[in-house]
Amino acid sequence: MTVVIVDYGSGNLHSAQKAFEKMAADAGMRVEVTSDAEKVRRAERIVLPGVGAFADCRRGLDSVPGMVEALEENVIQRGRPFLGICVGMQLLASRGLEHGVATGLDWVPGDVIAIETKSIDLKVPHMGWNTLSPRQDHALLKGIPTGDDGLHAYFVHSYHLKAADPALVVATTDYGAELTAMVGRDNIAGTQFHPEKSQKLGLALIANFLRWTP
Amino acid sequence: MLKCRVIPCLDVKDGRVVKGVNFVDLKDAGDPVESAIAYDAAGADELCFLDITASHENRGTILDVVRRTAEACFMPLTVGGGVRTTDDIRNLLLAGADKVSIMTAAVHNRDFVREAAEKFGSQCVVVAIDAKKVSPGRWEIFTHGGRKPTGIDAIEYAKEVAALGAGEILLTSMDRDGTRVGFDIELTRSIADAVSVPLIASGGVGSLDHLVEGVRDGHATAVLAASIFHFGEFTIRAAKEHMQRAGLHVRMD
Repeated sequence: MTVVIVDYGSGNLHSAQKAFEKMAADAGMRVEVTSDAEKVRRAERIVLPGVGAFADCRRGLDSVPGMVEALEENVIQRGRPFLGICVGMQLLASRGLEHGVATGLDWVPGDVIAIETKSIDLKVPHMGWNTLSPRQDHALLKGIPTGDDGLHAYFVHSYHLKAADPALVVATTDYGAELTAMVGRDNIAGTQFHPEKSQKLGLALIANFLRWTP
Repeated sequence: MLKCRVIPCLDVKDGRVVKGVNFVDLKDAGDPVESAIAYDAAGADELCFLDITASHENRGTILDVVRRTAEACFMPLTVGGGVRTTDDIRNLLLAGADKVSIMTAAVHNRDFVREAAEKFGSQCVVVAIDAKKVSPGRWEIFTHGGRKPTGIDAIEYAKEVAALGAGEILLTSMDRDGTRVGFDIELTRSIADAVSVPLIASGGVGSLDHLVEGVRDGHATAVLAASIFHFGEFTIRAAKEHMQRAGLHVRMD
């Protein structure tokens, strides 16, 4: 069983790799960081990380020959479990509106828009630990205490995914307004927060992803 | 609701912690990675390494420390000290740092902030400001550990670097650093209220009330401290419980 973390030049994958390896070892799985589209095409589970700006990440993804096609084939057609993290989750949207307009994968229709806060106390980026408000049951949140008294997830972002279909929003987080914290559709899930940096909540979510049979 | 963060900061020189952590039984109190693991377990919200390695040959030691920390700790890590080029930033990020703090290089060349933010994203660019009071209501940026004045107004500078793409400001009062009499609240609030990005208050923490003041009165979104934690005077847990009792929102996972 191979879990691939897609390397398309978007920042550090070291901590993501280590967090997934830690949880995968218990499940008898192998984690591989790769920029090889062929490996992504054959993987049993796929993780798409991403930090930085939306358009940069999109360009990075496009610059790897065959990568977008490999993702489409394995995730959309074959239905393999997929997890996007941070900008890797934002890339699921139709469009990103950060420094101009860039197109996303359009797997979770909607736009990635700037966080606007009404109070000077609410700084942007939304940076730090926040709780999750689930909008529906999801296998990735199974057994994880959520809500105001639940565990915290680590966020750092200035833009968020505004899904066209509210039914695809799995969880939100409260930052003056409700920001999308997690999306899901069939075998596709995405977290705005960083599970690999979210200690208890993050490691539990990663373990759930590795067990997930959508 | 977003919680305010408590961030212990470790000074690292030639790959070793300068003042070793002393609150748990560590095999090697001078090993930054062991200290990081202890703080991770203790509930710190982030960790900060300040690299004070002086010699050029040993500059790479911090990369090894960051790499080993990222393998063992699943919490956000900020690294600063001697960051001068985008290559320095790239190397630290690739080693596993989540955020890199830049100071002197940004003072000398503001464009470095813009370049770093464009290349790596604002979310990982922290601009560290060392400020000293020069007259009532006016603070200036100092470099070289507070010894060298620059004549630059700290509030204006903070606004400028935020506009250039800094994702966060790490503000240290050089008047208070090491004094244990508390943050310079007036300075902290002046800058926190002037910028739209998060601010970490630093310099002067000697008691748990000081942490509360930094957030409640200084309007900081995070508080950084070193000695009160390293020597076991207070645990991270005790700090957070105290902040919670004062009505602040903290993470107690």
